[in-house]
Amino acid sequence: MDDLMTISVELNAWLDQNWSPDRSLIEWRDLLVDGGWAAPGWPRAYFGRDFSPEQSALVEAEFARRGIVGAAQSGPRRLAAETILAHGSEDQKQRYLRPILTGQHAWCQLFSEPGSGSDLAGSTTRAELQSGRAGQQEDRYIINGQKVWTTSAHHADFGILLARTDWDVPKHQGLSYFLFDMRQSGVEVRPLRQMNGHASFNEVFMTDASVDPRDLIGGEGNGWRVAATTLSIERQGFSQSRPDGGLKGLSSLQGRVYDEYRAELLIALEPYTWYPQRAGRADLALPRARQTGAINDPHIRQELAKLLSMKQGADLAAASAAALSRAGSNTVSPQGSIGKLAASVIARQAAHVHTLVAGTDAMLGGAASAEAGVIAEILLSVPAISIAGGTDEIQKNIIAERVLEMPKEPRSDTGPFRAIARNSTDK
Amino acid sequence: MTTEFNDDQQQFRDVVKRFFTDKSPISAVRHLMADDAGYDAGVWQQLSAEVGLAGAHIPQAYGGYGFGPVELGIIAEEMGRTLYCGPFFASSVMAGYALLGGADEVCKHRLLPGIADGSTIATLVLDDLNQVDQSGRGLHGALTADAHPATPPATQANTDAGSDSEEGADGASYWRLTGTAGLVLDAQVAGVFLCVAATDNGLGLFLVDRAEPNLVIEPLEVIDPTRKLSRLQFNQVRAEKIGELNGAAMALLWDQLSVVLAHEMIGGAQTLLDSTVEYMKLRMQFGRPIASFQALKHRCADLLLELELAKAVTRQASHFLASGEGPRHLPSMAKAMASDTYMSLARAGVQLRGGIGFTWENDTHLWFKRAKSSEVFLGSPYLHRERMMTMIQESDCG
Repeated sequence: MDDLMTISVELNAWLDQNWSPDRSLIEWRDLLVDGGWAAPGWPRAYFGRDFSPEQSALVEAEFARRGIVGAAQSGPRRLAAETILAHGSEDQKQRYLRPILTGQHAWCQLFSEPGSGSDLAGSTTRAELQSGRAGQQEDRYIINGQKVWTTSAHHADFGILLARTDWDVPKHQGLSYFLFDMRQSGVEVRPLRQMNGHASFNEVFMTDASVDPRDLIGGEGNGWRVAATTLSIERQGFSQSRPDGGLKGLSSLQGRVYDEYRAELLIALEPYTWYPQRAGRADLALPRARQTGAINDPHIRQELAKLLSMKQGADLAAASAAALSRAGSNTVSPQGSIGKLAASVIARQAAHVHTLVAGTDAMLGGAASAEAGVIAEILLSVPAISIAGGTDEIQKNIIAERVLEMPKEPRSDTGPFRAIARNSTDK
Repeated sequence: MTTEFNDDQQQFRDVVKRFFTDKSPISAVRHLMADDAGYDAGVWQQLSAEVGLAGAHIPQAYGGYGFGPVELGIIAEEMGRTLYCGPFFASSVMAGYALLGGADEVCKHRLLPGIADGSTIATLVLDDLNQVDQSGRGLHGALTADAHPATPPATQANTDAGSDSEEGADGASYWRLTGTAGLVLDAQVAGVFLCVAATDNGLGLFLVDRAEPNLVIEPLEVIDPTRKLSRLQFNQVRAEKIGELNGAAMALLWDQLSVVLAHEMIGGAQTLLDSTVEYMKLRMQFGRPIASFQALKHRCADLLLELELAKAVTRQASHFLASGEGPRHLPSMAKAMASDTYMSLARAGVQLRGGIGFTWENDTHLWFKRAKSSEVFLGSPYLHRERMMTMIQESDCG
């Protein structure tokens, strides 16, 4: 396509002129943002070029080919950025988008609470507007409550925060969405240890923390509508950040920008090291069955064949869904829920096969377990996949209601939020 | 590789779908279930001669339309959807593929045009319908001197030279088949039988005319009356040897048949999912549609997932047969997945309807029976998973 050729020529000319591995990371990313190449899919008014997904993919491929560092990535950063682009004020876009791209600001997502997991709209974190005393203080929202499952909260600068501003209207109508400063007194972050020994999430306690009203996004009471954007982006999934940040042989590349990029990735990716194990590591099943001779056991062969079949089907279904979305369908399809449910089924079957293949060695943990501990980590991480990011049960509701068009359960939480039965732990 | 359908294939599906929706309503299915022949000759004629489906996958050189496995899969899915009753699978698919893969050129030209236009109804005789590539253990062919040279085999009345039955004016010898094939599809209506039988020099493909004496065709009681089966006994039945089938040819034949059957199954499974969900939206209990209960919705979501995965693999399997791209265990993978999915949906189709689901009057059992019969036809899911693992191990060595 002519169009793609033109883009490629322009990009490469720009890179020839500006790229140098000896710049600092921030200096390079500033150039990248000013040149419009940091997020070419974004609107022109906000550092982008209005590129189509296909055009953006070309840019990404060129960066990867030439070994060039791109804009800062990470799931929470992208959730914040896309939400701000969709709902933010001009002032918010000007203040927040650029430091996201340059990597100066790290973000986290303050949605889930101990009392509201699947029922996210049941949030009980309070945001109360306190009028400033005349002439002395600005108006502030005062935040009190607790969030949980907050990946990267311990090094985040900002969080996207869902909190309740009105308790006397139905639950979805009383929520507001804030861009919340994590670096303030009144915010305490504690690591949350999981059954597999890792502590990749946090609990975040907010005690009389505050937000400037100009960091309310989408207007008071519209928090659920704004959160729906975030959640739909989250459901689309983002390619899980790779340890090489998409750059082949990153570990051996020379230059200041690479050093700083490696350091950034190390921090950003640390919480995700066990995610492949959580997904079951179906890729290890066949090699391990061969290596141990378990492949000759008729029962294990059957279970392995089922695993390989599901995986093949899910990979194909995902490829067709991706092809559909590339073909221009911009709507959030329930394919995301189908894919997530498939991943969960596959992870369980993979864990089952790994257990059969390991036999009694499946009793071993840590480094004593096969594949330098990976097998034990699989067995203890897979139970999380059918919960994290939306439980299997919620995905099944979505599939049943949106694909099969089956009616919803009758609700018992439609009245004013204050009157709805809640967990006793909620304040 | 893409398994998306192109516009032509989508249009083809629309035509095929309309045809079977029109010509194979449930009233016709119920009628044909009880009918000894089990098919409607008028519809067969339209299907074959007018719409051209019977010869869809047969090359134009042999009187067909020259489409490939993908189009054949589309036809099978739509047949499965409506439980079409007719000798399509026996004649076009089984006999057609066996001829294409095993018959010599002269015989292909002689036999395939009739199969393609529907004027010939053939079926394939395999003495092992489970482990297809083990066929030949129950049926043997041998060259014997004919005690009654005055009557040549019926099939050879108009035969050109070229087959290797050694005809001669005096003391002619003919191939004779002896043995039993326990399960033969649509033998009740087949005019000719293509038989896979063992010889002293490997498997041969033989042609036997229905009129042969010493061929005993015994229709069997079946669980699924939309798929009629007979037991065939061969007692020195005269046959024409029309080709040979080595191990690779038998493996390919098994793959081809399995993939078409897998398509038929996902079509049937889709009907079960659609009809069951529709029923659940209408059925009221405890003051609301039962489709609103999470316990039941979750089961439907699981079924949808299982079907989507089976569908994706089945469609990729027919692309594999068409292009050779992809791992060669795809056909067995598809057959196993489609079998399991169809049975899951059949069980759920009964269960989610409650009491009405296991009555004769309700149509669900028609698909249940088809699913049960298809589960084991051409190899159980267990066997296909075993076959697939063997292929994976072989590719390790090779």
